[in-house]
Amino acid sequence: AWRAKKIQAILVFNNHGKPRLVRFYQRFPEEIQQQIVRETFHLVLKRDDNICNFLEGGSLIGGSDYKLIYRHYATLYFVFCVDSSESELGILDLIQVFVETLDKCFENVCELDLIFHMDKVHYILQEVVMGGMVLETNMNEIVAQIEAQNRLEKSEGGLSAAPARAVSAVKNINLPEMPRNINIGDLNIKVPNLSQFV
Amino acid sequence: MLGCRAASCPGDRPRQPEELMARADSGSGPWPPEGRLGSWTQMSHTKPYIRKKAVLIMYKVFLKYPESLRPAFPRLKEKLEDPDPGVQSAAVNVICELARRNPKNYLSLAPLFFKLMTSSTNNWVLIKIIKLFGALTPLEPRLGKKLIEPLTNLIHSTSAMSLLYECVNTVIAVLISLSSGMPNHSASIQLCVQKLRILIEDSDQNLKYLGLLAMSKILRTHPKSVQAHKDLVLQCLDDKDESIRLRALDLLYGMVSKKNLMEIVKKLMTHVDKAEGTTYRDELLTKIIDICSQSNYQHITNFEWYISILVELTRLEGTRHGHLIAAQMLDVAIRVKAIRRFAVAQMSALLDSAHLVASSPQRSGICEVLYAAAWICGEFSEHLQEPQQTLEAMLRPKVTTLPGHIQAVYVQNVVKLYAAILQQKEQAADTSAAQEVTQLLVERLPQFVQSADLEVQERASCILQLVKHVQKLQAKDVPVAEEVSALFAGELNPVAPKAQKKVPVPEGLDLDAWINEPLSDSESEDEKPKAMFQDEEQRHTKPRAPEADEQELARRREARRQEQANNPFYIKSSPSPQKRYQDAPGVEHIPVVQIDLSVPLKVPGMPLSDQYVKLEEERRHRQRLEKDKRKKKKRERERRGTRRHSSLHTESDEDIAPAQRVDIVTEEMPENALPSDEDDKDPNDPYRALDIDLDKPLADSEKLPVQKHRNAETSKSPEKEDVPLVEKKSKKPKKKEKKHKEKEREKKKKEVEKGEDLDFWLSTTPPAATPALEELEVNTTVTVLKEGQEEPRGEEQDAEEDREQDLEKKPSKHKKKKHKKDKEERPKDKRKSKKKVPPADEEAAEPVENGTLEEEPLPPMSSYILLAENSYIKMTYDVQGSLQKDSQVTVSVVLENQSDSFLKSMELNVLDSLNARLARPEGSSVHDGVPVPFQLPPGISNEAQFVFTIQSIVMAQKLKGTLSFIAKNDEGSTHEKLDFKLHFTCTSYLVTTPCYSDAFAKLLESGDLSMSSIKVDGISMSFHNLLAKICFHHRFSVVERVDSCASMYSRSIQGHHVCLLVKKGEKSVSVDGKCSDPTLLSNLLEEMKETLATC
Repeated sequence: AWRAKKIQAILVFNNHGKPRLVRFYQRFPEEIQQQIVRETFHLVLKRDDNICNFLEGGSLIGGSDYKLIYRHYATLYFVFCVDSSESELGILDLIQVFVETLDKCFENVCELDLIFHMDKVHYILQEVVMGGMVLETNMNEIVAQIEAQNRLEKSEGGLSAAPARAVSAVKNINLPEMPRNINIGDLNIKVPNLSQFV
Repeated sequence: MLGCRAASCPGDRPRQPEELMARADSGSGPWPPEGRLGSWTQMSHTKPYIRKKAVLIMYKVFLKYPESLRPAFPRLKEKLEDPDPGVQSAAVNVICELARRNPKNYLSLAPLFFKLMTSSTNNWVLIKIIKLFGALTPLEPRLGKKLIEPLTNLIHSTSAMSLLYECVNTVIAVLISLSSGMPNHSASIQLCVQKLRILIEDSDQNLKYLGLLAMSKILRTHPKSVQAHKDLVLQCLDDKDESIRLRALDLLYGMVSKKNLMEIVKKLMTHVDKAEGTTYRDELLTKIIDICSQSNYQHITNFEWYISILVELTRLEGTRHGHLIAAQMLDVAIRVKAIRRFAVAQMSALLDSAHLVASSPQRSGICEVLYAAAWICGEFSEHLQEPQQTLEAMLRPKVTTLPGHIQAVYVQNVVKLYAAILQQKEQAADTSAAQEVTQLLVERLPQFVQSADLEVQERASCILQLVKHVQKLQAKDVPVAEEVSALFAGELNPVAPKAQKKVPVPEGLDLDAWINEPLSDSESEDEKPKAMFQDEEQRHTKPRAPEADEQELARRREARRQEQANNPFYIKSSPSPQKRYQDAPGVEHIPVVQIDLSVPLKVPGMPLSDQYVKLEEERRHRQRLEKDKRKKKKRERERRGTRRHSSLHTESDEDIAPAQRVDIVTEEMPENALPSDEDDKDPNDPYRALDIDLDKPLADSEKLPVQKHRNAETSKSPEKEDVPLVEKKSKKPKKKEKKHKEKEREKKKKEVEKGEDLDFWLSTTPPAATPALEELEVNTTVTVLKEGQEEPRGEEQDAEEDREQDLEKKPSKHKKKKHKKDKEERPKDKRKSKKKVPPADEEAAEPVENGTLEEEPLPPMSSYILLAENSYIKMTYDVQGSLQKDSQVTVSVVLENQSDSFLKSMELNVLDSLNARLARPEGSSVHDGVPVPFQLPPGISNEAQFVFTIQSIVMAQKLKGTLSFIAKNDEGSTHEKLDFKLHFTCTSYLVTTPCYSDAFAKLLESGDLSMSSIKVDGISMSFHNLLAKICFHHRFSVVERVDSCASMYSRSIQGHHVCLLVKKGEKSVSVDGKCSDPTLLSNLLEEMKETLATC
């Protein structure tokens, strides 16, 4: 299959290999994605901190034209899988920009932020890399955009949520029957399909 | 995600590009015109942010709809000069990516890019452009010349390593493109190599890596300038970093020459021994083979050395490249005729020690070499010193443990060997020996006949029959050797892998034409066999083609030979004098070699390649001396003849004569092969479709309608006036469609919500965790209730019946004491039992070790809070819900008699609200109270439980209530009552529920939760205690903890998910919460704020 993406995947996992942010710009079945994350982790884990940050992914994804470029921060590995059209050192800088942006957006960023604020993290990533292409490399631009988005969300949330909250409070008191979650024991666990991010 | 993202970003402006992308991605139907128009118009949006995204999205649009490239390109080109750097960068990005795949179409943009390169200060843009130039220069050498200067300037001036590196890269590309045209750019090459050396010598491993990477590019065209840095490359081979070692290996490939091959391979062999990981060792192995075999074994001067290297490689543990080594052995043995004798000797030794090679199962990869060894020994058996010994080695029972395909080769080659031995023995007139060999085969072959592998079985049984037949003939003293050898007469020649593909289709041959008219469809199935049968009969009766007589055949053979002789690709048949000599039958021939006698043809045992290195050195030295002698003579001659050469003693590659005059047979190509090499293009390449001439002016049909301002001056041509109409038309349905889509999406979302909620729940609740918890709670109450009852059992067993009376009327002193003690201990007890609960949950909820809480003593905690108190009684209470009952909570009230009176007939009543009701015994009215099921002697406490039904749990509420009782003491009894306010906090509706981090992540990923946060300053408590407090008082469990950050989870009795991210700063704690109900969340956080304020 031909790869049309310059950045094939962005993987963030912690020192134990637990994925914290997984974004593929190429459709892969869920199992393959998990396998890629796992193998990437094992590749990266083996490497000391003082050796080079490039890894030939080889058979992993994309083939020989693709490289894994990664950075290791305290408890997290940020791995970008890119093809040869991207400058290696440029991508290293980009990872730094991404991480700094995260730190700016979530005070004192921690790996749990990536889980808890998954929507926001994806939004930030979307401002940095779009559809496998680098969109913006200037951190101030990115942060400004995120802040604008937050403002927008707040104003809309404030306007729309306030009356809704009041209504729901009143309704909840008066309604004799409330919609409740019924727990059914034998439903399969649906794994959200990550490819919808692509 | 796109849809959901679009929905989650409320500003309709930023949403559009993503919708476009979604459309471009999902487009299975025809190209949606409004989509094209959409991105088209967005590209000139007033907001740079929109323009930027629109431009980037065009790339995807082009990929999906190549026909849109030409019409949209002019606008895209404009964006290269957009005032906003972000937009400019995006445009550069897109065009570079397009150009990278089909560079020739973008040459006309070179001046524009050149301008950008000299004016832009954005390193990202510069890097992109410089990379693009790297792709363009091979097509236009003049461009390269123009580039050299600004690029060299950049190299000298820039401080950014990334830019420097890309400049060097592009200069290299330029130099490569120029290398044919302009030879004199050594200054630039020198500059590049110099800079790269600096990179490689840098302590930053990244620079080192990239330096090596770029170096390998120079190597291809200017190997000399790189070879000067061989020391550096060899040094990198020792680097601790595998990536760097691999790069260095790549470089080595180009650095070898006849002169240094042996030395380099020797170094690699030592690395092979040292290498730890099998991957790196395998890589080394393939590299060694690559290096040695490159360009038709160009650099190998001594094939004996190479064979011994290959043999040494067979001793590698657990390599997967056995087949590679085997292929090399075969290739060398077949193509280098002079080496056959040596190769055969080595291979027979290998077969002899096959047990070493194939002993352990983990070496299974390497047993492939036995395949080669068996074949070589069989095929070139005439070179075998001890054929009989080899034959026996090949017939050992152990062989049957080898993989089937190897056994098959063994079986086949056993016969070849056998044939050779027969020949030998019969020539020596040693009939008994010949019969012995036959007997050996007859004895040993059956083990292969039993093989499970069909191929082995088939071959073995065939051959066994043959050998038995031979045995019969031998018994009659009939000479058979000649005939048996005839089975394997003739030579096998190597055929190039592409040979078949290159056979041109002869004129007049139409492969698609029917050979026979196809059977008509009307023919029914059962008729077919009949027809076939008839056909067959006809064939029999057909007159057979007259058999070509001998003369005709000879004539044809001659014609073919002529043809082959004239064909440059049919090398084998162009008869060199040497070959003709070889082809003479029966002559064992070693070509016109001057075999150096210092190189023994057979080194005893397994020869070490090192020996060859030494021998080779000696040989070369001698050669040099001889040459010098000759030169001297020549010089002397020349001197006599007045002219004089200054001959510096430099040994160039060409000076080294190979040890053997090796005759490397080229792979055979078919007659009339086409000399083209362009057969490797993938028709699936999407970029092929994008190979579009962009400079050709747009045809009318290709022009896109352009949205213009109403008062724009360009509404001159009638054609353009029509256009906005078209657009209006196409825009309307878009809106509708959008709305419709959104509705659909919402619908879907709702459905998904339900489903996922369930799924989540299913994945979160580890079985029995909650019941266990409940049980614990129950146990605590039970102990409090029963302690008084159980104690006496031990002491006075007969008092059982009177127990109730005892309790009621005359509690013994002892019991009183006990109760008092109990009372004192109770809070502690509670603490113990209660305290234990949350940490246990934490452990369960923590699959990842990094989150475990360190053991640290926790302060005593109790969840019971004061309800009301007077001189008679003190009430404390706690509210618990359960996940099984979504609208019920149980209020446990501990009643403590603080007076000397006996308290009885206690009754609790509350004023129900619409939302919360006390569950009363059946038949009682709203005004009736619920009796407390026990009485309290002085100083005694006991717990009663009351069930409340709750409708909505998103808000806290208070219920007024009264406890009425009769206090009885020596003076008589009085009716008393105590008013209270029962407070149902939102927290009290939560149930501690463990949650695994995966499920937690999935829940948050769903994006259906609303968020809210609080921050509390001035907190001095340790994070560990803080978490424990939240766990205990707010009924959360820790999902994961990383340093001073933790994610927590809880669940309401009505199934609301509550997620927390608690982070501790210097003196503050921030809590971000997400919950399926925003009101519940904000109330919970407010309650939590109060708790935290006391920390």
